[in-house]
Amino acid sequence: MTNTLHRYGPAESFRDDFIVFAIASKGRNDEGALEKLRRFLEMALTFGPVNLGDALHGGALRPSREMNPSSHWNRDTRPDFRAVIDGLDQPTTVAAVFDKRHSAEDFVKAVKEADLGLSINISTSVEGAEQCCHAAGIARHSVGYSLGFEGKTAKLPEEEVLLLSTMCGHGMISHALARKMLDWVKEGRRTPEQAACYLTRFCSCGVFNPARAVRLLKPD
Amino acid sequence: MRIDPAKCVACGNCTYVCPMGAIRIDPATRRATVQRDECVECYACYNGLSQEHLNPTFVRTVRSVFQALRLRFDPEPDVCPTAAFAPEELVWPRVVRRAFSDPRVPHESTGVHGRGTEEVKTNDVSGRVGPGEVGFTIEFGRPGVGVWFRDIQEMCWALARAGVAFEKKNPVTSLMTDVATGTIRADIMGEKVLSAIVEIKVPVARTEEIIGLVRDVEARLDTVIALGVGTRCDADGEDTVVGPILERLGYRLDRAKTNIGLGRVTNGIAS
Repeated sequence: MTNTLHRYGPAESFRDDFIVFAIASKGRNDEGALEKLRRFLEMALTFGPVNLGDALHGGALRPSREMNPSSHWNRDTRPDFRAVIDGLDQPTTVAAVFDKRHSAEDFVKAVKEADLGLSINISTSVEGAEQCCHAAGIARHSVGYSLGFEGKTAKLPEEEVLLLSTMCGHGMISHALARKMLDWVKEGRRTPEQAACYLTRFCSCGVFNPARAVRLLKPD
Repeated sequence: MRIDPAKCVACGNCTYVCPMGAIRIDPATRRATVQRDECVECYACYNGLSQEHLNPTFVRTVRSVFQALRLRFDPEPDVCPTAAFAPEELVWPRVVRRAFSDPRVPHESTGVHGRGTEEVKTNDVSGRVGPGEVGFTIEFGRPGVGVWFRDIQEMCWALARAGVAFEKKNPVTSLMTDVATGTIRADIMGEKVLSAIVEIKVPVARTEEIIGLVRDVEARLDTVIALGVGTRCDADGEDTVVGPILERLGYRLDRAKTNIGLGRVTNGIAS
């Protein structure tokens, strides 16, 4: 899941960004995985996630196929975690996003005790993941480092846009939309919370972190 | 992807949400249009925009009245008011664009959604990257730039010349006609995708050499690259080998994906 690996920003900027995800490996531990993945998500609810998601259906905030025009004035911006759990209908990658380290640590402890047999990964700063493992008494198995972006980096947008748009590693959140939301918040046309919701709905696997987005969208 | 001109009201919302910037309002027709060459069939527009199903004539009339009165309605920015997007039936080779760009479509070669790879995230059960080895994920086009397969081809040839082994369970590898030379099938060279990952594995001792090779080639490519380096930790959960090499090369290790080793093979074992 490189879609969580290459988030832009220094390690300190991931202080409120902890993604814990579960995945079954085809042919190795995918039999009966659906129920285990559902249980993983159910367990996450206890620890106050800011997003949940599965790679097929999306996260806790989703676009509507039949939007009522009145929604322009009273749109529901509450995450629907239950829809994520109930909508899971086949084995895929599922993720829980936390904005507090202690929540992620406690969740990892609970997942360890549940002994699901699935592969569990933490995507955050190197140090943050180490701390989560330490708190849970776990020795890391493998680590995948992000070395950042190289090549024709002149094609990339400004830093404040990248901080937001790279929270969807699948690239579903365009730089232009992220920039527009930054502008709208500065102009007072939307609150940071509303702008974060717009961005979150485009993430197709639910790993976008709306809490971090709110922080990044707030004008200095 | 196409936009139905009979439905489009040129509100412009979709022009912002396209990751490739491939949607424009055509001033001649006053409708949004998709530039087919730049569109990577990621479906971010179709899947990400909420859809109202308003009558286009009604919406255009209201917009005209507002315009005449110099009033501005401030609608939600993530909505297509008339559900004007119309997905097309994609055929080869264009269908490759969607396979590599729409994360909800599983790659046929691996059955995995998203980028189509498991990398080190299942390493605790797959053993894909073993002790003393380094797994590289070389991701092209990310974030938000896109990549043509002709650029991916150049990197694959260079890697093959260096004698590296391409990961078999990888969508790009599955499109190679000759894995030994890293040659990708010729009929997709003109296809652009949102991103694609080439995966290789080498002994730790070759880490610096491979990074240098990637840097040399990427300088000639018209895209960006996100480089990921995966390794096994020791029995204490520490990486005292690869991390220090990367830091010596000047990389700041700000972010990582950590496999915490709770997975195990369970298929065929009664619970």
